Amino acid sequence: MNRPKPPAAPGLAHYVSPAPFDAGASEAMSAELEHYYLASQWRMMWWKFRRHRLAVISGAILALLYGSVLISEFLAPYELHTRNTDFIYAPPQPIHFFHEGRFVGPFVYGYNYNLNLENLRREYTEDTTRVQPIGFFCAGDSYEFWGLIPGNLHLMCPAPGGTLFLMGTDRLGRDLMSRMSYGARISLTIGIVGITISFLLGIVLGGLAGYYGGWVDHAVQRTIEIIRSFPELPLWMALSAALPVSWSPILIYFGITLILGLIDWTGLARAVRSKLLALREEDFATAAVLMGASPRRVIGRHLLPSFMSHLIASATLSIPAMILGETALSFLGLGLRPPVTSWGVLLTEAQNINVVALYPWLLLPCAPVIVAVLAFNFFGDGLRDAADPYK
Amino acid sequence: MLVYSIHRLLIMIPTLLAISVIVFIIIQLPPGDYLSTYIAELQSQGEAVNADKIAFLREQYGLDRPLIEQYFRWVFGLLQGDLGYSFEFNLPVNQVIGDRMLLTFVVSFATVLFTYIVAFPIGAYSATHQYSWGDYGLTFLGFLGLATPSFLLALVLLYFANVMFGTSIGGLMDPELIDQPWGWEKILSVLEHLWVPVIVIGTSGTAGMARRLRANLLDELQKQYVVTGRAKGLPPGRLLLKYPMRMALNPFIADIGTLLPAMLSGAAIVSVVLSLPTNGPMLLSALRSQDMYLAGSFLMIEACLIVVGVFVSDMALAVLDPRIRFHGGQSR
Repeated sequence: MNRPKPPAAPGLAHYVSPAPFDAGASEAMSAELEHYYLASQWRMMWWKFRRHRLAVISGAILALLYGSVLISEFLAPYELHTRNTDFIYAPPQPIHFFHEGRFVGPFVYGYNYNLNLENLRREYTEDTTRVQPIGFFCAGDSYEFWGLIPGNLHLMCPAPGGTLFLMGTDRLGRDLMSRMSYGARISLTIGIVGITISFLLGIVLGGLAGYYGGWVDHAVQRTIEIIRSFPELPLWMALSAALPVSWSPILIYFGITLILGLIDWTGLARAVRSKLLALREEDFATAAVLMGASPRRVIGRHLLPSFMSHLIASATLSIPAMILGETALSFLGLGLRPPVTSWGVLLTEAQNINVVALYPWLLLPCAPVIVAVLAFNFFGDGLRDAADPYK
Repeated sequence: MLVYSIHRLLIMIPTLLAISVIVFIIIQLPPGDYLSTYIAELQSQGEAVNADKIAFLREQYGLDRPLIEQYFRWVFGLLQGDLGYSFEFNLPVNQVIGDRMLLTFVVSFATVLFTYIVAFPIGAYSATHQYSWGDYGLTFLGFLGLATPSFLLALVLLYFANVMFGTSIGGLMDPELIDQPWGWEKILSVLEHLWVPVIVIGTSGTAGMARRLRANLLDELQKQYVVTGRAKGLPPGRLLLKYPMRMALNPFIADIGTLLPAMLSGAAIVSVVLSLPTNGPMLLSALRSQDMYLAGSFLMIEACLIVVGVFVSDMALAVLDPRIRFHGGQSR
């Protein structure tokens, strides 16, 4: 570094580069880098989110689940209320591909029913002579698509005269798989509707508290503290037990979501408040106020967008609590009531341990609950990491 | 410190008052007053209605008075330890819930203890061995524990116990001891049965707490004072326990405010599944038969338990953290 310069050889001309001089050359970026720096906030969040493999997979699973909700009627082999009185408490039928060493495609063996007169158990055995190939895209039980359009096309249906109970049947001989497919519609949407209510409440109340401070802040803070002093589930139970018995199932559905949302908003409100408290001191917020923007405009236009991504992430993380809350309430018989079918309603059948010991497949509706909750957790985790792409 | 604790105690009063208002509203939510429901029920069963008793109850709880007055009667009753009258059991609420409340306390306390004892080493191990196989395994278990609703866990445990051992693991004591007075034998029997509900209820709380402790410790472990301590030659165990652990402990204690409600929630439904003689099943049956004084009492007592729990955790924080002690500031 500090070596003395060698003396220039006498007579050698001073070298001058003939290339045109570009003053910005040292600061110029490669095309890639420029692409990166010019990217919008949302694009950067997407890049960051993509790196979280588990979150991407969870997102795909959630997309599939919610996609299936749109076409439950088509995916279910049977209709929601179809009773197969000859197949009460039938165990799941395994899918086979080879019959006597020959490939026949997916099929199930028919069931032989036998009532064990000693212990009065229903016993089903596979009859390996009756091959019942599963039909695809065929006509089956007729249904009304979303309660509006009549139809009878199913993704899978039993062979003519045969049965298709991939997840067994319940005490009325209703196919559990079909019922789970319909149940997804209620269980999954209740989380979304509930979170919308709690999101709105959280933003409005948390926003008011954070922006105005003073007594508004105090009042909201105390309210949150009081609501948080109640154990969630017993409070949900008490409120949903108070829903009038005379209400229609749809009203009960909205009543339950309202109850879930009314109690859940406190966490979001706290997040909004603390973010607003920090942000309202920023220069851009002061500038907006000085230029005469109304509080509504300052909050909605300038402050909210800067932490919207965080809010969405934390909202995603609280959807599982709603799904679990509904499942628990329905399981206890205080939530949704038949004929409305959710995963929790299906699980009420599994309340009695003796029934579960005899017919363990009644526990199957647990599986989608756990999958959905795990997926939401990972997805929300990924969103939260991606929410602040400048880190 | 004294000023801070008095300030903190005074804040509790309006909170408790507001809670009592909410509970009273919940008690009043079902249509009609409970006495008329009760009379109708008795008459539909063809039983004679004891007019004197009805009149006495109506007078006692001021059911013919305006709501405000009923509320004040109820609150003053609460202050004197009179929780109201259970119409389902035909007994004062105090007598109905005594034993159950005690067992609920025992279960909750044991669960909090379990959560701390298990979450602490797991969180510390995960943080000091970040990205090791052990850390990955524990993190995965933690996620699973968080996602599995406790009542499903209880159901699955019940199922496997039934299939493998042919016994039921429900209940909190041996069946023959249920109606006997409290004695050593009964206490031991309760302790013997306690571990199943404690694990089931505590799993999600433990998983959450271990994850938070891991995150907090990781933040602390990268700070300069840790590097300095290590450079000075402090043994690793001592270094970890003396400095970063103490810093990471704060949220650990403050967490009781979220841990306790979550646990009581979990306990409410788990005890229904496992048929424990705690609050859960009775709250459920009270809500089903709209025995609202009983249901309200449960809510009220549980909320009080949480308020007191938060107070205790705030005090503990003040003791542990001089920043809070000297500024008398808020912990959350």
